[in-house]
Order: sequence, then C-alpha cells, then structure tokens
Amino acid sequence: MLRYIVRRLISMIPVFIGITAIVFLIMSLIPGDPATAILGSYATPENVANLNAKLGLDKPLVQRYLIWLGNLAQGDFGRSFSLNRPVLDEILERFNATLVLSGTAYLLCSFFGILAGLISAARQYEISDKLITFTVLIGISVPSFFLGMMLIVFFTVQLRWLPASGMFAIYGGGDFVDLLRHLIMPAFALSFVATGVIARLSRSTMLEVLRLEYIRTARAKGVKEFRVITRHAFRSAIVTILPVLGLQAGFVLSGSVYIEIVFQWPGIGRMLVDAILTRDILLVQGGVVFVAFCYVFFNLAVDVLQLWLDPRITRR
Amino acid sequence: MIDFIRKIVRNRLAGLGLIVLFSIFVLAILTPLLPLAPPNEIDTPNRFLLPFSDNALLGTDHLGRDLLSRLLWGTQLSLAVGFVAAFIAGFFGSLLGIVAGYMGGRTDSLIMRSVDILMAFPYILLALAIVAALGPGLLNALIAVAVVNIPFFARNVRGVAVTLAQADFIQSARLSGRSNISILVFELLPNVASVIIIAFSTTVGWMILETAGLSFLGLGSQPPQADLGSMLGEARAALITNPHTSIIPGIMIFLIVMGINLLGDGIRDALDPRLAKGQLEKPSPLTRVSDSLRKSPPIAGTANNAVMEINHLSTNFEVGEVVNKAVRDVSFSINSGECLGLVGESGSGKSVTALSLTRLVASPPGVVVSGSVRISDQELINLPYESVRAIRGRRVAYIFQDPLTSLHPLHRIGQQLTEAMSTHSRGANSVFIDRAKHLLGEVRIPNPERVMEAYPHQLSGGMRQRIGIAMALANDPDLIIADEPTTALDVTVQAQILAILNDLRQQRGLSVLFISHDLNVMAQICDRVAVMYAGEIVEMGRTLDILEHPKHPYTVGLLACSPQIGQGRQNLQPIAGMPLAGHESLNACAFANRCSRVQPVCQKQLVEIVDMDSQSVRCLFPVVES
Repeated sequence: MLRYIVRRLISMIPVFIGITAIVFLIMSLIPGDPATAILGSYATPENVANLNAKLGLDKPLVQRYLIWLGNLAQGDFGRSFSLNRPVLDEILERFNATLVLSGTAYLLCSFFGILAGLISAARQYEISDKLITFTVLIGISVPSFFLGMMLIVFFTVQLRWLPASGMFAIYGGGDFVDLLRHLIMPAFALSFVATGVIARLSRSTMLEVLRLEYIRTARAKGVKEFRVITRHAFRSAIVTILPVLGLQAGFVLSGSVYIEIVFQWPGIGRMLVDAILTRDILLVQGGVVFVAFCYVFFNLAVDVLQLWLDPRITRR
Repeated sequence: MIDFIRKIVRNRLAGLGLIVLFSIFVLAILTPLLPLAPPNEIDTPNRFLLPFSDNALLGTDHLGRDLLSRLLWGTQLSLAVGFVAAFIAGFFGSLLGIVAGYMGGRTDSLIMRSVDILMAFPYILLALAIVAALGPGLLNALIAVAVVNIPFFARNVRGVAVTLAQADFIQSARLSGRSNISILVFELLPNVASVIIIAFSTTVGWMILETAGLSFLGLGSQPPQADLGSMLGEARAALITNPHTSIIPGIMIFLIVMGINLLGDGIRDALDPRLAKGQLEKPSPLTRVSDSLRKSPPIAGTANNAVMEINHLSTNFEVGEVVNKAVRDVSFSINSGECLGLVGESGSGKSVTALSLTRLVASPPGVVVSGSVRISDQELINLPYESVRAIRGRRVAYIFQDPLTSLHPLHRIGQQLTEAMSTHSRGANSVFIDRAKHLLGEVRIPNPERVMEAYPHQLSGGMRQRIGIAMALANDPDLIIADEPTTALDVTVQAQILAILNDLRQQRGLSVLFISHDLNVMAQICDRVAVMYAGEIVEMGRTLDILEHPKHPYTVGLLACSPQIGQGRQNLQPIAGMPLAGHESLNACAFANRCSRVQPVCQKQLVEIVDMDSQSVRCLFPVVES
C-alpha cells in the first residue's frame, strides 16, 4: 500500500508540471504588459521598463516559467499587488473558508446522493423512486446560484430565519452555532446539484449490479432483501461510484465559486473572481494552481480508498 | 431513424422536454419579429415595475428596461452561446478522441496525457484562468467553456474509437490501402456518432449553465448586452427588494436546462442498447406470479415419498407484448435421496425450470403462469416472500453454473459461507466459522483456514465450485438444485466435482436435481433423467433405461450426437433444424419440424406425455426396438 502511494506520488510530478505549464501559458497570453496595468496608462516608459525588470518580465518565456516554478516549489507564490500581501497567505486564509463550505457540501451530496440512488433503485418505479427522480431532475437543471438566491429570498427575506451573507455575524458572532447558521443555505445550494448527479449514477449502477449472478446467489441463499441491497449490491456498486465521487469534488469546488459570490462567503472562489476583475495575475495564477493541486491530491486519496475497497485491483 | 424518433416521443418525459425546448427555441428565433420594447432602452422613472404592469408584461428591471424583451433577447443569446460552445467542444473533442483512438501509440498517449492534465483542473478554474487571460466578455466566456469541455468529448469518443480501431471492418479497410482520412470519415465516424450525440446531449445543458454562470460572475456578456446569466447577476443587487427581476431569468435558465436534460435522457435511453433489453430493471426478489394463477385453486399433490413435487409448471418471459414461453407445463417429482437429471439443449428451459422452483427467475421479465411447486406438502407458488426466503438456502439450496460470477467478488469466502448459515439460524459467529471450515474439508479443500480469508478471484475454477457446493450444504437442505455445476470447468476438474457430489449424496442421502446438457455426466450421477425440449419434458425414466432404450426421437438424436469413450469410432449425428422459438404457441408436437419419424398427424395435434414400459414419453410414434 505504502509503495503504491509513493509510486503514485512520483507519477504525479508530470501532472503538476503540466498544470503549472498550462496555467502559465494561459496567463502569458494576456495582451499588453502587467506593468502598464499596475502603473496605469499615464506611466512613463522608463517606469514601465523598470517595473518589468523588477518583476522579471523582460526575460524569455521559458526562463520566466522556470523561475516561477522554482519559486512555487519553495512556497513562494509571489506578491499580490492589489492586496499588497503574499499570495500564499491570502490563498491559505481563503482556502480555509472554501474548505468549510465545499467540504460540508461534499459530504452532504455524497451521503444523500448515494442514499437517494440506493432507495431509488431498490424501489424502482415506486412512488419514492419517482419522487427522487423528480427532485434529482430539478437538482441537475437549476443553476446553483439561482437556487442560492431563491433560498435568500425565502429564508432570509420572508422568514427571517437565516443570515444571507458572510461566514460569521459581524457583531457578536464567531462561535460554532453562528458558523452553522451561516453555512446551512450555501452548503445546501452547493450540494443540491451534485447530489442529483451522484443519485443518478448510484441508481443506474445499483440497477446494473442487481442483475448480476451473485445477487441471485445471495437471494438463493435466502439472504434478506435489505441485506442483499446493502451488503451485496451496494458493496459492489460503491466501487463504481467512488471514482465519480472523486470527480464530483471538482464540481463542488467549481460550484463554490458561484455560491461564494451569492452568499459573500470569504472563500477562494470570490478571491479569484475579484482578482480577475482587478487583473491581479499572480493571485489568479497562484489560486488556480493551488486549488488544482489540492484536487489532484484529493483524487489520489480516492484512488487509494478504491484500492482498499476492491481487492481485485492488483497493487502493481 | 424513424424508430429512434418514435422512441423519444413515446417516452413521455422526453416528449415534454422536447415541447418545452421547442417552444423556447421558437420564441428565441421569433424574438426580432415580435412587437417588443427595445431591450436596452433605459426608463429610470419606471424602474422595478412588477409583472403584469401596463406596457410591461413581466415588469421592468433596475434601469426601467422591459424585462420581457430583455428575457427573450437574453434567451436567444444564451442558447446561441451555449450551443455554439457545445458544437466547438464536440467538434474538437471528438476529433482528438477519434484520432487518438484510431492512431494509437504515441499520438494516443500524447493526446490523452494532455487531456488528463486538462481534466486535473476543477473545470471552472480553467475557465476562470482563460477568461482572466483573454479578459471578460461573452466571446471569451464561450471560448473558455468550450475548451473546458473538450476533454470530456475526447475521452468518451476515444474509448469507443479504440475498440473500433481493432474491429475487423476497420482492419480490413486499412489493409485494403485506403487512406486514413477516408477510413476515419466513412468507417469510424458513423460508428462513434451515437457516442458523440449522447455526450453532446448530456453536456449542452451544462454548457448553458456554465456560460450563464460566467456571465453571472460578470465575466461573460458585458452591459448593456445581456444574456440570462448577466441578467441574473445584475438583478442580484436588488434581490431583497425586487426579487422578481431575479426570478424571471432564473426560471428561464431552469426551463431550458430541464428541457435539455429531459430530452437528453430520452435520447440516451433510445440509443442505449441495455435499456432496450430491460437490463436496467430491478429484478424483484420473487418471480411474479400471474394474476390468474394466484386466483386459481391450488393443485393437489399426489406423490407421497416426494421431497419436491412439481405439477403443470409454466414460466413465461414477458417483454412488452412479446411473450416467450420458456417452460411449458412441466411436471415431475424428486424422491427422498434421489438424484433426478434434467437434460436438454441450451434454451430448452431446464435452468428456468430450476430457478422457477423457488421463484428465482428474474422478474421482470419472468412470470410464473401456471402450476404448483410443493415441498413436503407446502405450496411454494402462493407463498409470501418471507416464507419463500425461509425455504431458500435452508430447505432448497442451489449450486450455480459459473462459480466466478455467482460468488460475490468482494466478499471473502469465509464471509459468504457463514452468511449462508447466519441467514437461517442464530448463533455465535465462531460456531459458523468452525462449521464453514468443516464444510470446506468435506468438499476436499486442502487448506480451509487460508481459503476462508481468500476472495473468489484468488482461487481456481474447481476450488470455487467446491465452495459453491459447500455453501449449498451449509444448512443441510432437503434438496440441492445443481444448475450445470460442471459446465464451466475443465474435464478433469469436472470429474473431481462429480466425484465430490456423488460421495456427498451417498454419505448424506441428499436429494439432488441435477441439470446438464451432457448425458454422459448424467449417466455418472443420476438415478432418473428427464429430457427437456422447447420447454417441455419429452421423456422421463430411469437413467439406464433412457440411455439404453431411448423412446423419444429427440432423445435418440441427443444420444447420437454425444461421443462415447470406448465405443470405437462412430459418426456423430447432429439433429437437423432449429428448436422451436419460445413465442410460438404449440398446436403440434414441438419436435415435429426436426423429427426424422414425423407423420402428418404430428403436425396437427398436441401430444400428451404417456407411460410406456417404465418410462414416460411424449411421442405418437416412439422408437421401439425390435
């Protein structure tokens, strides 16, 4: 197991290089030079040239990439000019908030998605299946940001139950209950879509597994139907569902960008959108690379879990 | 194609999706012709008019612009952008996928590595990076969304293209010297088209959502031009005071995407061959019994020494209007300590008969339509699920054909064995474990301790089938139904398994229903044999009698086409013709069209099974030796 993890970690080096290269390449497509953007259009050519030299922008592309990569490896993501602080500090602070929101939403959608899929398959064509299928259809069709806005209209404006923005109340907040109150709506809106996707996949996977011969064997043994569904069919289905759960983490992270804007959650998605609008390239670059790395690591963890769940995969 | 469209229309939800989508499309196309207020005309005094106001059916937004007009123009824009993005992604993605799958080798790994790296990003990050580089704007958002979705198409299409590239018709086209381009376009493309269509129909909804999302963030369409996303984004500031400005574009996005999803599901269902075969239907834990049978009075039993008695059992497979009669009016009984063989070609209904006995036939499509199955005076056909479950594995146990597919691949052997016991009796797990080890010893597994910890894939075929036998023995059942237990095995292993079964039979006095297509195997283990043809029993009697003096022409034919060792060189004679298809109803002898002894009368009447000497035969002109 440990050797497998180490081997996978080594095999991820080209992926990291690929990710950084793509991000760097995209960012270098930007027309005009950042120095002008920073100094404004009234800057003298000398000042622009000076700043370019200071930022290392006068060097060739490949050299600039290697310098940036070297800095990344040392944990130096550069300095954000719009916030005037190190990019990494800002990212880490923001990523915490994103993790609270996305992590909660991810757990919610994994749990409820699989549960809904299971119930839906076990009760195919019955009323609970139809109800779930209908809810799932709404889930995969509604834009998460629109759902979030409707939640605000209903629960904040109409009922006045839940706060509509931020992570903590500005006055007197800060404890766990306060966080929870702020978290409920965004986490629900964020998880709703992903729940639908997972529920659909779980349902069809379960239905496929239920047709297999070893399910018939279990029934021929007299195993109770509940156990056939949970221990026999689900045990096999989870092996198929798990890799997709890994990919769903990407969807949840992506959706969190919208949700963070709607609920003014101080996460990394909002940071990125702001950074794009202020053209703070280093912040965008750093943020994208950082989140992509986390996502890759997360999927490695999913692969390891997969290995543990499916003894048929050989640990080559 | 017509069939495809009919399938979509027949699916009610897909039809609904089609209607919703079609209406929105028509509205979007007609927008320039409709008598609408100009979408961008600012009229601040009349801002935030509510829906159904004079001059503004859906009200006005924060600048007093007519919402209906903006909604329709925005819809047009959103649809156009979403579909164009999907076409671009579909085109380039499919191109990459086809080329990678067809060329293979380095081209393949280069393309797929790049695709993998693109997929290593959560999709929106890449889109944001692209928009960050190109600057906010609708065209740039379109490019970003298209690029982000290319990997999805490339992966799906490549998966199919790789298998197709190895297919015979592509290989022969290659060998005939045709150019790669011509093969790609005329041979490969038509065959991956359905995958591309499915991928397109599943992603186009996403792409509309994604472009709307980027516009919502202010990174897509720029004012005053508005698509649905930016309408929603601009309305957000007034969400609390004037929610209608948000609700209207939001609902439009929802309707579009829902329509696409419904239609997409319909397309997928129509193109997915698994659904056509009913392979995505959950088999119920108990084979359905037809309404007429459930209401009919029970059939009385006759045999007194029987472990199990089957009378007039019929099982159908019903898919839509098509009824396939797999088992037709089968009657037999198994006496205590006896081994009865059920022999016949594949498709003769022997396995379906075996599964029908404890109502294990997958349902849908299986339905038991007539007959009775009695196990020591208990009628199984009318029993509720819980009672049948208590009989399965406890009083009637099965051994299945292929132990690799019939054992759970992810449960340890020990688990599977102890589960068989714990299902029917309470007790400490350690007791079950000891008993499981003992059973493994009984089926001559040399190292029970280690095998208990193993998974099925770690064992050989012979070992797995021994475990199948051990599992069947776990609860000392009254009857064991062995459904072709040796068919999937090598000849030498087959002999071992038969020897084990035979020994167990003698030691334990087991009653066995043994199913096989191989009369030689039958001869080694069975006391009596029933020969099945086209769902009917055509001949039944003591094994030796059947083998030495077959009376039904089909049994004669079956014996003539199985080789016998030690009989010298003989000509094997295949039976000409094909067995009766299950949907044909019987009004003649089922074997008449293949029979060498057929007489005109055979084609005209049903043939009853009658006793003859010590055998029963379903034939008007049985073979009588002189």
